[in-house]
Amino acid sequence: MTTTPQAIRRASPRTNRAAARPEPAAPLLPSPEPVRLLDEAGRRVSPECAVRDYPEPPTETLRELYRRMVIGRRFDVQATALTKQGRLAVYPSSRGQEACQVSGVMAVRPTDWVFPTYRESVALVSRGIDPVEVLTLLRGDWHCGYDPAAWRTAPQCTPLATQTVHAAGLAYGEAHQGRDTVALVFIGDGATSEGDFHEGVNFAAVFRAPVVFFVQNNRYAISVPLSRQTAAPTLAYKGVGYGIASEQVDGNDPVAVLAVLANAVEHARSGHGPFLVEAHTYRLEPHTNADDASRYRSMDEVETWLGRDPIARLETYLRGAGALDDAAVDAVAAEAEAYAADLRTRMNADPVVDPLSLFDHVYAQPTPQLLEQRAQVRAELAAAEEGEA
Amino acid sequence: MTATAGKVTMAKALNAALRDSLAADERVIVFGEDVGQLGGVFRITDGLLADFGDKRCFDTPLAEAGIVGFAVGLAMSGLRPVVEMQFDAFAYPAFEQITSHVAKLRNRTRGQLSVPIVIRVPYAGGIGGVEHHCDSSEAYYAHTPGLKVVMPATVADAYSLLREAIADPDPVVFMEPKKLYFASEEVTLPATMPGFGRAVVRRPGRDATLVTYGAAVPVALEAAEAARDEGWDLEVIDLRTIVPFDDETVTASVRRTGRCVVIQEAQGFAGVGAEIAARVQERCFHSLHAPVLRVAGLDIPYPAPKLEHIHLPGVDRILDAVARLQWDDQPDPTWVAA
Repeated sequence: MTTTPQAIRRASPRTNRAAARPEPAAPLLPSPEPVRLLDEAGRRVSPECAVRDYPEPPTETLRELYRRMVIGRRFDVQATALTKQGRLAVYPSSRGQEACQVSGVMAVRPTDWVFPTYRESVALVSRGIDPVEVLTLLRGDWHCGYDPAAWRTAPQCTPLATQTVHAAGLAYGEAHQGRDTVALVFIGDGATSEGDFHEGVNFAAVFRAPVVFFVQNNRYAISVPLSRQTAAPTLAYKGVGYGIASEQVDGNDPVAVLAVLANAVEHARSGHGPFLVEAHTYRLEPHTNADDASRYRSMDEVETWLGRDPIARLETYLRGAGALDDAAVDAVAAEAEAYAADLRTRMNADPVVDPLSLFDHVYAQPTPQLLEQRAQVRAELAAAEEGEA
Repeated sequence: MTATAGKVTMAKALNAALRDSLAADERVIVFGEDVGQLGGVFRITDGLLADFGDKRCFDTPLAEAGIVGFAVGLAMSGLRPVVEMQFDAFAYPAFEQITSHVAKLRNRTRGQLSVPIVIRVPYAGGIGGVEHHCDSSEAYYAHTPGLKVVMPATVADAYSLLREAIADPDPVVFMEPKKLYFASEEVTLPATMPGFGRAVVRRPGRDATLVTYGAAVPVALEAAEAARDEGWDLEVIDLRTIVPFDDETVTASVRRTGRCVVIQEAQGFAGVGAEIAARVQERCFHSLHAPVLRVAGLDIPYPAPKLEHIHLPGVDRILDAVARLQWDDQPDPTWVAA
């Protein structure tokens, strides 16, 4: 072994002491760059700087991921159209975030629990929930249109980050009762500033609850950019402070998002505690149809992200791998069109909601005061009907 | 069951209720700040960790929103969490979880999810506590549809209502009057008292009705006793639960006596007493010989210990109100413009 000046410096006592003492946080830290398995042109790349090994999901799984992303985007575009037609009060689009939306639900089992926010409509339809039930909240006939217990999917959360603590409790409660359920929580970059995010991650960490915190960093909380949410190197670095493992991933690379989430879910399920994943992605549409994104970001920026489209990336990759051809692409497109057509038809029906059902689920049994108010509303309705007759 | 007879404090009765609920139902779990090894700052959970193990009774990080939100998830998984907020004002960080999630989850999901959580809140003053330790916060919870709000004032009720709260299918905010924790009564436990939504006449009387709950009940009873010297025979109603509310018992009493004073320790403006006074006035107008009066804490932040006796509704302030119930059929001079 030759002795160079560098080697001498490396061998100095000070450096040796540092090397002998393991850095306890090291296994928790994310990769220095977002993990990427497909580049923007859809070519397979090896994630050289990744701190963990991320095997590529099976081709059949990727074909299904592609199918669900195409249907999810068609659903999203249809929902935006339904809003313009006045069928929905509001719609928060996730166009451009399909890799995250679909991978989030494909990474877990039907018996696992998912905790979505209002922006996860595509994730919910991808989980198999009837799109009309998903849109009930936004159509306005009730708050949660699907059965959360049957789908093991919490109601879409509108307050920010409050569901992170629910996920921690649920995951701990399931483990407490001997079940190997994982809870996957969707949250956005803005929600990581909320106190409940801190409390949810901390509770999950302290109780080693099997939770995957999945942050879709889409760069904006309505109009406020990421720089006003955090001074951390990236949001993934928030995990280490709580003692939990974390990772960051290119959120527009469907293969990488699914691979990273699969690893996180396995980590949680096998008893290693919670895991934090940050996906770097972008919200192509405004916050909702009621928002004007031109007030806070440039079209150039949007154009740049249009070029990173997750669906095109996966399609290119699968075609190149011989796993997808024109016929298969056309079949998926036709399926998505049929899905949207069915949704249009069913959303164009006017639902009838019984006003007296307002009193049904305030308590298991209505209080005497609610029964009085129910009788009053019933009388008002009867009088109105008589007036019309 | 923990069979006990003789002098028992409210603190012991609450401990027995938790103990008996833990033994009766394996879904029940108790957690919060200092509730494990220490047994709670008021020792309400004393011995539960030792007797039931750390899966049934455990300490949590110091974070009230986290505690209540964690309970929501546990309830979704089929458990029955009983959580302790260490002091009234320390529950405020959990307010969003309580009002937006605990209270609404059943309604939001059309009954497909429910969260039968008990949130125990030691509340009220009269103990010489420093700031943020003596609030009466019941109105915030009572104003929130979906919550039941339980306010025991006696040892037997503390036991019975807590057992009922833990077995209830809906979330319950269970307000424990700190001042009465170590007051004792002759009781036999387990005790089964009237259920939620049933007020109790603690003292029958003919001349006027004092309507009260929780920490103010012993004060009202003391005032009613003192009123005998003035020649007034006062009825005292202990509401026991604010939600559900027992209109029937209150209305029947005031229609009989024709006069009513509502007493609460909490500050009066927009409080529970205001709601009760309005309900009595709506239902008993033609039986009333005088306006319904309120005796409440002052509309100030809870004062420092040396001045709390000025703030708290006491016997004299209650008797002053009773004296103003227009016994001579003259207008109340309080409201005559100067």
